[in-house]
Amino acid sequence: MRSRLTANLRVIFALGIRSVKQTFRRPQLMAPIIVFPTLLLAIQTGGAGGAVDLPGFPPVDSFLQFMLAGAILQSLMLAGNSGGIALAVDIEMGFTDRLFAAPISRSAIVLGRLVGTSVLGAFTAVWFIAIGLIFGVHFEEGVLGVLVAIVLATLAGMAIGGLGAAIALRSGRASVVQGFFPLVFVVLFLSSAFFPEALMVEPAKTIAKYNPLSFIVEGIRDPVISSFSASEIGAALLAIAGLAALGLGLSAAALRHRVRTGG
Amino acid sequence: MPAIEVEGMERTFEGDVRAVQGVDLEVAEGEIYGFLGPNGAGKTTMVRMLTTLLLPTGGRATVAGHDVVREAPAVRRAIGVALQEAALDPLMTGRELIRLQATLHAIPRDEGRRRADSLLERVDLTDAADRRIGTYSGGMQRRVDLAAALVHEPQVLFLDEPTTGLDPVSRKGIWEEVTSLNREGTTVFLTTQYLEEADQLANRVGIIDNGRIVAEGTPGQLKAEVGHPHLEVTLADGLVEQAERVCATLGKPLPSKDGKVLIELEEGAAGVAAVVRALDEAGVLVESLDLVKPSLDDVFVEKTGYHLEADEEETGEQEAPVEGRGERA
Repeated sequence: MRSRLTANLRVIFALGIRSVKQTFRRPQLMAPIIVFPTLLLAIQTGGAGGAVDLPGFPPVDSFLQFMLAGAILQSLMLAGNSGGIALAVDIEMGFTDRLFAAPISRSAIVLGRLVGTSVLGAFTAVWFIAIGLIFGVHFEEGVLGVLVAIVLATLAGMAIGGLGAAIALRSGRASVVQGFFPLVFVVLFLSSAFFPEALMVEPAKTIAKYNPLSFIVEGIRDPVISSFSASEIGAALLAIAGLAALGLGLSAAALRHRVRTGG
Repeated sequence: MPAIEVEGMERTFEGDVRAVQGVDLEVAEGEIYGFLGPNGAGKTTMVRMLTTLLLPTGGRATVAGHDVVREAPAVRRAIGVALQEAALDPLMTGRELIRLQATLHAIPRDEGRRRADSLLERVDLTDAADRRIGTYSGGMQRRVDLAAALVHEPQVLFLDEPTTGLDPVSRKGIWEEVTSLNREGTTVFLTTQYLEEADQLANRVGIIDNGRIVAEGTPGQLKAEVGHPHLEVTLADGLVEQAERVCATLGKPLPSKDGKVLIELEEGAAGVAAVVRALDEAGVLVESLDLVKPSLDDVFVEKTGYHLEADEEETGEQEAPVEGRGERA
C-alpha cells in the first residue's frame, strides 16, 4: 500500500516536472502567463493610478500595491488555461495514451499536471512580488505576508489548473481550451481583481461579491495591503478548495468518459 | 497459457459504427502475430482495447493471463505499447522520455537510468539521447518509442503500425529489432498494412477487414490456401489470343495483365516446360516467363475481393474518424 503511494507520488512529481519544462520550452504557453499580465499591470498602473484617491478605494500606498494580487490571479488563470492547452496537445498527439497504458493511477496523470500548474503559480507570484519590490511596494505583513501570498497563489494555481484540465480531458482539443481564453478576462473583470468591489456598479458588483476569484484575490491581497485577516485568508482557502473540488470532479468524469468512449 | 486470448471482441462507436465485430484470436507465448488490414479495418481499435485504452462493447480478452477490463492494471504492467505514429512529446529529449517511462512503471530511479542508457544504446540513439525528440527523424522517433516500450521488459509488446511512413532502411532497422526482441522471448502483436512486413516478421497472420477476421494462419498456410503458383508469359509477337488458347489446355487461365498471359499451374515449376513446348509448337514467340508464387496479396484478394496495397495507393492515408476524434479505427 505504502509502496504504491510512493510510486504514485513519484509519478505525480515526474509528470509535474515534465509539465513545467513543457511550459518553459514552449514560448506560446509561457508568454501569456508572464508577458500579458505584466503588460496589463504596467498599463493599468500607469493609466489608472489616480483611482486610489476615489472615495471607497481601500487604503493603499499605491495602485501597484493594490494591483499586484490582481496580476498574480490573472497570471494564474492564464497558467490554468495554458496547462489545459498543453494537456489537450498531449491528447491530440497521443502522449496521454502512453500514460493511460502505464500501470499508474489515472488521477496521478491529472494531479501531475496540476502540480506543474501550481509550480507555475508559485513562480508567477514570485515574479510579481519581485516587480512590486523593484517598484517600491511595501508589503504590510513583510516576509510572512509574502510567503502567505505565494502559498495561496500556489494552491490557487492547482485549483484553477483543475478546471483547465477538465476542459482538456472532455474536449481533447487544444483549440477548444484556447477558446476559453477570452472568458478568463470576463470572469476576472467580474471580480475584485482589478477594481475594488465597493466601487463597482450593478450587476457587476453583485457578481463580483460572489465570484470565487474575488475571495482568492482578496486573500492574496490582504497581507500585501493590510494586516492579516483570518476571515479573508480563510475565505480564499475555501474558494480554492471549492474550485479544486469542482475541477477534480469534472476531470474525473471526463477521464471516465474518455476511457469509455475512446475520445 | 496463450499470451493473448480474444473471444467475440466487439467495439461499436456512437452512430452504430461497428469498428470491431466479433473477433476471436489467440496468440501463443513467444509468437509474432501480424494483424494485417487496410486503414479503417479495425486494427487500431483492437490494439486500443487489448492495451486497456478503450473499453470493448462486447466479448472478452485476456493479455498475459489478465482480463483487459477487470484486471486492467495487471495488463498494463505486463505490456509494452508503441502506438501508431509514435505518441511522443517533441519537447522532451529521448533520455527524458525513457526515464519518465521507467518512473511510470515504478522502476527505481538508478535502475531506470541504467536501463534508459542501455536501451538508448540498443536502438543506436546514445548520441542523440539529449536532443529534443522533435529534432529526430521518423526512424529515430520510432526507435525511441520502441525503446520506451521496452523499459520494463514487457511480456507482450504491442506495435501499432510501427513502420508506417518510414523509409525502407528505417523499416528494415525496426524489423531487425522486433525479430531480435522476439528471439529474446517477447511476444509481439503487430498491426500493419504492409504485406511484406507481415510476411517477413509474423509467425502467424490475421487478416482483418471491416472489423472481422477473414483469414488466419501462417503466411505459408494462407498462401497455400489460395492456390498454386501462376506463370506470367510475356509475348514477343503479341499473339495474345493464340497464346491464351494454348495455355488454357495446360492449366487454369487467369485474366491477362499488362499484355501478359497468366496461367495457374497445379504442378508449379514442373509444368513450365510443357507450356514452353506447347507455345513453341503453336509458333508463339515468348519474350520472358515468370513463375509467381502466391503472395499475401493474393490471399488478401481471395478473402476480401480487393488488393490491400492497391487500396492504399488509391486511398492514401485515409482516416476513419471515431467519436469526434481523428483516431484510426
